Amino acid sequence: MFEWTQAFADWLIYKVFNIAPDSSLGEALNFFVYDTIKILVLLFVIVFIMGVVNMYFPIERLKNYLNRKKLYGLEYLLGSTFGAITPFCSCSSVPLFIGFVQGGIPLGVTFSFLITSPLVNEVAIAMFLGLFGWKATLIYAGSGIILGTLGGWILGKFNLEPLLSDWVQKILNNSEADTEEYQDDSKQSLVQRLPDITKEAWDLVKGILIYVIIGIGIGAAMHGYVPENFFAEYLGSGAWWTVPLAVLLAVPMYANAAGIVPVIQVFVAKGVPLGTAIAFMMATVGLSIPEGTLLKKVMSWQLIAIFFGVVTLFIILSGFLFNILL
Amino acid sequence: MKSIKILGTGCPKCKTMFNNVNEALKNKGLDANVEKIEDIQEIMKYNVLSTPVLVIDEDIKVKGKAASVSEIESYL
Repeated sequence: MFEWTQAFADWLIYKVFNIAPDSSLGEALNFFVYDTIKILVLLFVIVFIMGVVNMYFPIERLKNYLNRKKLYGLEYLLGSTFGAITPFCSCSSVPLFIGFVQGGIPLGVTFSFLITSPLVNEVAIAMFLGLFGWKATLIYAGSGIILGTLGGWILGKFNLEPLLSDWVQKILNNSEADTEEYQDDSKQSLVQRLPDITKEAWDLVKGILIYVIIGIGIGAAMHGYVPENFFAEYLGSGAWWTVPLAVLLAVPMYANAAGIVPVIQVFVAKGVPLGTAIAFMMATVGLSIPEGTLLKKVMSWQLIAIFFGVVTLFIILSGFLFNILL
Repeated sequence: MKSIKILGTGCPKCKTMFNNVNEALKNKGLDANVEKIEDIQEIMKYNVLSTPVLVIDEDIKVKGKAASVSEIESYL
């Protein structure tokens, strides 16, 4: 599917710039051009598809599904899945949280949504697809959704309501399930909305372009210059402590999925086990200090600590699991 | 005079929307009372799930995205 990109990169670097294909510089530049183009195309396509999906399933409608139906435990899986298909914006996580609580959705289900939403998002999917292929992407997305499901379910067992901020508890006590069916107020058809969806996809790609370029740039430089098996010698030996170490290093980091995946890809190419890399990735995008600060508005530090603790633990466990399975 | 509110917790999209509103007003030569609402409790009174939100005369026009200048102009 992307042979044309490779052909273009070969032509540009080896013919136009006349850099030897077997030099480190040539290899790095070729990798950079090829990956940048491929990922930008994928990003645009995935964001576009998500835009269409979101047109049919806006967040208001998803919320409606969650509190209208008795789902016998499936609501956690559903909450987590909805988190995956909704575009993530850290600034929306607080309004979402309150909106869910207000609508009478159980706290655990809300957490399921909150865990998966940053973890599995359109940018991460596109980057993974471009750099690791569809199999690793499926594993990443699938395990993200399972992680959100289990994490929310466990958190739901803890009776955490008293740890919410006072004003949120007040909302909780006055909450009631919406009874009216969700009504789509704009009567536009898909074709009418396509220009908008295209423009939004284009704007998003433009917005993260710089992170993609920086990430791939660092990745490309490392590809060409870091010796083979460099990480394998120190980190990739499969020692059990590498997974928790990678995760604990990643939690305070706040990186855009667009910037971090290319770097992780090099780690894997140089010998870090895929499970450790995925765990690192999940901790980077799923948990961050800025997110914790935002959540402070709706919950106490204790609850944030429990939330982060449970998710961290699950990410570490899934890292172990991947390393055994993959 | 129209009252325009931009609800958002201070993310980049909210700032884009704020700038777009001012530009739209300038383009149409209108004057309005433009307010940025960043307090989450205040925002939640509008019962929205995603920000930024554009409210014109207490009517929610746009939610969950930064509307373009031309889109905002059409609401003014």
